[in-house]
Amino acid sequence: MTTAMKPSASATSSRVFGSGIRRREDPRLVTGTARYTDDITLPGMVHAAILRSPHAHAKIRKIDTARAQSAPGVVGVYTARDIEGHLKPIPCLWLVPNTDLKIGTYSALATEYVRYVGDAVAVAVAETPYQAYDALDLIDVDYEVLPAVIDPQKSAQSDAPRVHGEFPSNQAFHWTVTGGSDIEAAFKSAEVVVKDRIIQQRLIPTAMETRSAVAQFVPATGELTLWNTTQNPHIVRFACSVVTGIPEDRLRVIAPEVGGGFGSKIAQYPGEFLAVFCSKKLGRPVKWTESRSENYQATTHGRDHVQEVELAATRDGRITGLRCKVWAGMGAYLSTAAPGIPTILHGLMLSGPYRIPAVHEDVYGVYTNTTPVEAYRGAGRPEATYMLERLIDKLARELKLDPVDVRRKNLIPPFNDGFDVVTGLKYDSGNYEGALAKALDQVNYKALRAEQARLREQGTYLGIGVSTYVEICGLGPSQVAGAVGFQGGLWESAIVRFHPTGKVNVFIGASPHGQGEETTFAQIVADEVGVAVDDVKVVHGDTDVTPMGWGTYGSRTTAVGGAALAVATRKIKEKAKALAAHLLEAAPEDIEYASGRFSVKGSPDHFKTIQDIALLANVAWNLPAGMEAGLEATTFYDPPNFSFPFGAHIAVVEVEAETGRTVLKRYVAVDDCGPQINPIIVEGQVHGGVVQGIGQALWEECVYDENGQLLTGSLTDYAIPRADVLPDIEVLSTVTPSPHHPLGVKGIGEAGTIASTAAVYNAVIDALAPLGVTGLQMPLTPERVWRAIQEQKKGARR
Amino acid sequence: MQLSVSIRINGRDYKQTIEPRLLLVDFIRHAAGLTGTKIGCDTSQCGACTVLLDGVAVKSCTCLAAQADGAAITTIEGLATDGRLHALQEAFWTKHGLQCGFCTPGMILASHDLLRRNPTPTPDDIRHALEGNMCRCTGYQNIVRSVQEAAQSGGRP
Repeated sequence: MTTAMKPSASATSSRVFGSGIRRREDPRLVTGTARYTDDITLPGMVHAAILRSPHAHAKIRKIDTARAQSAPGVVGVYTARDIEGHLKPIPCLWLVPNTDLKIGTYSALATEYVRYVGDAVAVAVAETPYQAYDALDLIDVDYEVLPAVIDPQKSAQSDAPRVHGEFPSNQAFHWTVTGGSDIEAAFKSAEVVVKDRIIQQRLIPTAMETRSAVAQFVPATGELTLWNTTQNPHIVRFACSVVTGIPEDRLRVIAPEVGGGFGSKIAQYPGEFLAVFCSKKLGRPVKWTESRSENYQATTHGRDHVQEVELAATRDGRITGLRCKVWAGMGAYLSTAAPGIPTILHGLMLSGPYRIPAVHEDVYGVYTNTTPVEAYRGAGRPEATYMLERLIDKLARELKLDPVDVRRKNLIPPFNDGFDVVTGLKYDSGNYEGALAKALDQVNYKALRAEQARLREQGTYLGIGVSTYVEICGLGPSQVAGAVGFQGGLWESAIVRFHPTGKVNVFIGASPHGQGEETTFAQIVADEVGVAVDDVKVVHGDTDVTPMGWGTYGSRTTAVGGAALAVATRKIKEKAKALAAHLLEAAPEDIEYASGRFSVKGSPDHFKTIQDIALLANVAWNLPAGMEAGLEATTFYDPPNFSFPFGAHIAVVEVEAETGRTVLKRYVAVDDCGPQINPIIVEGQVHGGVVQGIGQALWEECVYDENGQLLTGSLTDYAIPRADVLPDIEVLSTVTPSPHHPLGVKGIGEAGTIASTAAVYNAVIDALAPLGVTGLQMPLTPERVWRAIQEQKKGARR
Repeated sequence: MQLSVSIRINGRDYKQTIEPRLLLVDFIRHAAGLTGTKIGCDTSQCGACTVLLDGVAVKSCTCLAAQADGAAITTIEGLATDGRLHALQEAFWTKHGLQCGFCTPGMILASHDLLRRNPTPTPDDIRHALEGNMCRCTGYQNIVRSVQEAAQSGGRP
């Protein structure tokens, strides 16, 4: 064997799987050459703007569009009457069974009633965006204002104003989960019971790119192309076909560059469908892009629970039961996946990483006169984790135990291949104690507690907050999706195509939008079959080009899409082996693979590279009998189970008693998403996720007044975290592979958000303990904390 | 009423007749067709539209195109020279200072302005300088690292 033929040292020693290489997405993004939907301009294109309801609840008496119609540049103004027969109601696609689900009609334009501030009433189309917005001012709408209801718990009361008059109440559904031993008995025999009423406040996702659509209908062919800021172009195609009647095969949806989603770009919305309607009507391409204010009013929100929770335990801190009632605000209409979030993604994760022998939860999904609620990063799981972690700290305080000891007493012990959970799920693998131990080590927990005691004596209020979590990701087996009422599958597909030159195209149904999977997917292929990572181009986000996929949400893109890709690449490898055997005149079982080379066992210099095979398979001059030409594989991968990433986070804060301000001193995240394909990208996901969760704990809250006016209607009023108020996040990990996944990977997109809200909340409450403040609701703004401190002082004086 | 303006963007003059109300960001995106500059809000909070106006960072949604008449603008498209990335672009790439990329053009140009004023910023300096530029993906940590890297590389801001 000649030296030249040996694989190079770098090829053998550095594995591309696990390597923190730079993202290939970035050159186009840092140079301003990437194209987002609003950057697209087509010949003859006109611009749409939507008139939105200024009232939370009103009857539309009359709409007069005459003045708008004749305004400069205006080419069309449409109301509900015009879309009748052209746009069907927007469907809800998660019909959770056995819940008495009541779906209020969700029209692209309001017909008789408007039901939230932001409900679409009319659409104006003009030659320029400025003209379209001008035209909105000239549409006269006569409203009869009706009483509105905002609070989910109040909305469930029988005397609440009805959001949808056709239903007997505002209850959209009632779902329950019961697991383990008898819950009544658990509470009857409990040595300790702690109770809490938790406001899981409504949040606004705030992807930096607002939503946008460009619709181009070609009358001559009946074909539609829709560029759309979406997390799931194939679901848009399906829903658009249902709503507009354009057959799915004539409908091409392209998600170009997408500027973040965080759940808000899962849903199907009026804007896209109105753009399609207008393009059909006018025979011209139509662009619609919402403003930030519109985004805050009419792009979906997240969370919005009122939770009444109680925990039963023994006096030594063992949890014996968990019982909750949740009123989940759904907003005015059931958004695409909304019913599944407070139920399947929340209720089934109720027991978290703990052994809790008995659980019961009632979830009441209720309509309110507010923006529809959908998935927001974590979707259901932060609502479960926060509830449990807040309650465990409360239990620890009640029992005068260390909150870490209470957690340790209840954590599920390490397992590698399945653990049956009380709610009916089977967690795949976990080492919760391991993650917790690592986080405690990182902060030197014992010393930190001593430091805290010392500082307290000096009047400095340091707080330490711990949160241990497990989440459900990698959604999921399609059979389970069907059983829980999801109106679709949850598999993913991938095509791997080798060109004659050995370069590779991956066509994948998943639709990443900032998470970097163009890079990680290429790493998967490169690692499996020994091509250079730069030789793999990943194509996604275009329904005409890529195979079907169900979208990027639920931390499923790498977990499910990545699995599809690994399996497809392994099929390539099998075919390559067979062809190599034929060409090397050896038996297929005698072919060994290493680092891109297929060689005959025992004679390593007798080999074909994957590039040789790609050429020979594509020219097909000499194939074994029965082998098809080409080197390409397709896989539809349906996971056998969900994945369950987990971890432990610790926040260290200082609360200034004089101002109520919380200063984040340290934040430690230990997350276990299984083996990491690109640790730099994983770290970035943790940073962003943690900060979004911190935002909920400390600053973010979507506020409506009692009439349903959105008071936090712009970035001036809604406080997303800024650079100057954050610490560096210390990112650590443990690695527990998923036993059922081809690569062992679990998903990391939502972990940070799921864990951090509770960690920071617990830290602030811990800091406030000597001041007697307990049980605040989020966000823990300086004002709220200061007022609570003052209340305590007043109480002490009394 | 229409106004005639001439604005130099990335070294090229764009002469247009415009409405007085036209925002600079819309002039850049539509009249000049340079869509690298982004619009992320309508209240001048987010900073996605940050450009350099005569070398100084401005939020181009807060400025009328008419006010920029005769000015020289640099947008994200004008930062790389001869096919070579600017030190800040290179650093954002190397340090994973972006995810979805939507805030990135504004973030890079705001950082450009910082490094002009303060070539050796501390992490705190960077965090304060960028408080008017919002990012929802990164948690800012790698943005801070990116700006430090660009400063340390002695690149060409």
